[in-house]
Amino acid sequence: MSATTATTPIMPFANVRPGRIIAWTLLFIGGLLMITPIVFMFSTSLKPASEVYDLRIIPATPTLENYYAVMADGRFLRWFFNSTLVACAVTVSNLFFDSLVGYTLAKFRFRGRMFVFIAILSTLMIPTEMLVIPWYLMSAQFGWLDSYWGIMFPGMMTAFGSFLMKQFFEGVPDDFLEAARIDGLNEFAIWWKVAMPLVTPALSALAIFTFLGNWTAFFWPLIVTTSPELYTLPVGLSSFAVQEAIQWERIMTGAALATIPTLVVFLLLQRYIVRGVMLAGLKG
Amino acid sequence: MRKATLFAGLVAGVSMFAFSAAQAVEIQYWQYVFDTRVKAMDELIANFQKANPDITVKQVTFPYADYQTRVVAAKLSGQGPDVLQLYYGWLDKFASGGVLQPLPKDAFPHEMIEKEFFPIVSAMKRGEDYYGLPTAVRSLALFYNKKAFTDAGLDPANPPKTLDEMVAAAEKTTKRDASGNLEQEGITLDMAGQDQHWWREVLVRQFGGEPYTDNDRKVAYNSDGGKKALKFYTDLQLEKNVGQAGFMDEGQAAFKAGKAAMTIDGTFRLGAFRTIKDFEWAVAELPAGPDGKQSNFASYFANGIGAAATGEKLEAAKKFLAYVTSPEAMEIWMKTVGELPARQSAALTDANLADPINGPFLKGLTYAHTTLFVDEAAQRQTAIDMVNRVFLQGQSVDDSIAEAASAEQAILDAAPK
Amino acid sequence: MATLAPAASTHAPHRGMSMRARRLFWVWGFLALPIVFYSVIRFYPTFQSFWLSLTDWNLMNPAKFIGVANYQKLWADPEFWKVFKNTFAYLIFGMPISLLLSFVIAYYLDRVRFLHGFIRALYFLPYLTTAAAMAWVWRWFYQPPPIGFINEVLTTVGLPQQPFLRSTSQALPSIMVTAIWAGLGFQIIIFMAGLRAIPTTYYEAARIDGLGEWAILRRITLPLLKPTTVFLVVFSSIGFLRIFDQVYNMTSNDPGGPLGSTKPLVLMIYQTAFSSYAMGYAAAQTVVLFIILLCISLLQLWLLREKT
Repeated sequence: MSATTATTPIMPFANVRPGRIIAWTLLFIGGLLMITPIVFMFSTSLKPASEVYDLRIIPATPTLENYYAVMADGRFLRWFFNSTLVACAVTVSNLFFDSLVGYTLAKFRFRGRMFVFIAILSTLMIPTEMLVIPWYLMSAQFGWLDSYWGIMFPGMMTAFGSFLMKQFFEGVPDDFLEAARIDGLNEFAIWWKVAMPLVTPALSALAIFTFLGNWTAFFWPLIVTTSPELYTLPVGLSSFAVQEAIQWERIMTGAALATIPTLVVFLLLQRYIVRGVMLAGLKG
Repeated sequence: MRKATLFAGLVAGVSMFAFSAAQAVEIQYWQYVFDTRVKAMDELIANFQKANPDITVKQVTFPYADYQTRVVAAKLSGQGPDVLQLYYGWLDKFASGGVLQPLPKDAFPHEMIEKEFFPIVSAMKRGEDYYGLPTAVRSLALFYNKKAFTDAGLDPANPPKTLDEMVAAAEKTTKRDASGNLEQEGITLDMAGQDQHWWREVLVRQFGGEPYTDNDRKVAYNSDGGKKALKFYTDLQLEKNVGQAGFMDEGQAAFKAGKAAMTIDGTFRLGAFRTIKDFEWAVAELPAGPDGKQSNFASYFANGIGAAATGEKLEAAKKFLAYVTSPEAMEIWMKTVGELPARQSAALTDANLADPINGPFLKGLTYAHTTLFVDEAAQRQTAIDMVNRVFLQGQSVDDSIAEAASAEQAILDAAPK
Repeated sequence: MATLAPAASTHAPHRGMSMRARRLFWVWGFLALPIVFYSVIRFYPTFQSFWLSLTDWNLMNPAKFIGVANYQKLWADPEFWKVFKNTFAYLIFGMPISLLLSFVIAYYLDRVRFLHGFIRALYFLPYLTTAAAMAWVWRWFYQPPPIGFINEVLTTVGLPQQPFLRSTSQALPSIMVTAIWAGLGFQIIIFMAGLRAIPTTYYEAARIDGLGEWAILRRITLPLLKPTTVFLVVFSSIGFLRIFDQVYNMTSNDPGGPLGSTKPLVLMIYQTAFSSYAMGYAAAQTVVLFIILLCISLLQLWLLREKT
């Protein structure tokens, strides 16, 4: 996969120059600096209130009491559930519709194709911030305020996803599709059974981006939700922090709870996630 | 045979539906999210529902910052609450926006209101109608850390009674480390908190000025008295070095962590402060001004009836509002939230006045003023900015107060009459 | 793409629909729902925003058409110009710094073999965190002593305390650092992908020609990295111009403060729409944001275009 591995020796220490060591060390220290906020977040969440202002990394008397306290009233679990539900639903919707659109634009020639393509692409230029007020009014009128649908509807399909899938579908050989047509499959079955399996790397990249984007979304969920039971995790955490009268150990615990799931997923799927991001960047 | 059972089932279902519909009226109560208030309201709702089995009350809450928008949005979609809480300062917006209806005089006669409630309830009157009644009122007091006092050689049973005494106590209780960083401040400085009210209705008056005139529509603090008041406040940080804005992020956080000897805050902070375990604290009346003048700021959240409530829901709403503003409810609220009863009889009992915590707050109520805000958030911002300009940009007190006065006057002028 | 449809199939009356027509049926069937979606969710609201910006509407009373009055008000509003300046400050400083940093890191990280995956994870992790959550962590970091971590470090090293979020000059850079920190991982990964896409033959040829590392970087790597760079420039610019989550959470008790020194356009939009609910005025601000984004993106694409 990597072009540079061909020239790098297998033994990691065989070709080490002092410059290399310095570079490595700086990179390593830089990396540690990068995760310092995350480390401190966890470390403070494990400290009792009296120790919070005691800026050590390892707590002197580590305790889980903050976690118990923060999760006790069930709000965090609720918010976690809401975020999961919304992120999953939107991801599935994107995987389906963006692929469908991308496939159609890539594999069919028809009058109006360019127009549809440009039109959808042009929506990338429209910032969501400009749409938020009309969306809010729309939601207020239809009663979507304060509902899961209200949080989800703007993101069910994206131009970015459609464009990404289009790029990948263009790499699918037409012969496979033709063979399926000869076999008598209808177009939907061809897309679903023949084309989709051939673009799984793109699908996983899209899934990762969509899930991550929706999991960490803040602006629109902040606006559209009113009852605390419907908050997604970022919005819930923000309201929690503002109301917690600046009890830092509790706020850090909340932030930690919001971060742990993504961390776990990342550690498990690191390779796929990085590959997905790279793929998207290359084709984007 | 099957048709008969089907029909019977249908009748039973419909009748049950009709039966239960006639049985339970559901009304919605809205307030902003604050732990103790939600808890207190839960208790009140439980009591009310027990006494009125045909009414159910659903409590809906939103974060304070979004509350007003939510109410307006609800009106937009026609789904408003039946009873809702509102800060007295929002009345203009809510009444003119058609969100509230006047309190029906049959359930809430004016003579009763004016006799029973503290005079500050008049801020809920527009024209000939009252638009809401408070369950509880709040005032300000001086919280102080007894341990910090003792450590500094001050008598914890004798808190400062005048501004000069307060500054002297603050100077003794301020601690700095070797590099000059603040470790413990004498008094908190947090304009985004209650300090803005302390400045407006207390300090300005104590130094001989007036915050507003003309029904709070004309800024009047750009005067000698106002300038002296602002100088006093900013000198606490700049000259006397007994406090620092932003220390521990918020004033009440500093006090709670034991890093501030004194703080000026309201009754609503009692719930949070009661969880303090590391030191003992006490409450005193706000210090008197240079010539002995005492003043305080009182505020309250009132409960009103939504404009969309009619028929059954209106009747239920009236009953609920009556209960929520009854002496019994006020007792519960005081115990859970720490706010003072809005009815004078319930508040000014001997027991309450003698209480070390409630006493100072109640005494403050008797000489308190209230500000009729047109846009509380914007007016608060002008006060925050005014102080920030002096602290962060070195602007002179006179210039900053002039700038704030014109900014706030613009806000007042832009509001509908 | 070779179709099996005979040339005159559109007029063939037998066997119900012709192949071509049938295919068209599928195409439009597939695109039907998406087209409706984009029209309703993206296009219609865009026009509605434009229209709203020409009215004054506070949700409670009916909307009144007032022409370009909102824009005139915006032009004359000193707060708007302050916000405009802030937004561009986030862009002009944030984007180059983060791109330079991420390129340097990607360049060297690509050459690292030992613990490559681990170090890469260290840099990428912040990208996965929730902006709202980490904003609170950074806010805590920036506190004055005794609770601020950064100030504590400064004291230990003997440097003076910094007010950070409590200073009108340091607050914006402080928040910008948080935003740069969060986005670095993504940019590093993208740069690494771009670097790896360059065939090693180019490097080998260059080395044979006797070019040094620096020359290789300038003449081969950077030019070949251009598409990646352009993508990241436009992408991160848009990100910085739309900054909101960090500012909202880091300045919650004095939003956009102190003294409006950190307030970006999106926060102003949020406050205008959902605190003051002046919908028309807020819509005008969103239109301005749109125009800014459009201009900046087009400008960057034009400046960075392939000059043959």
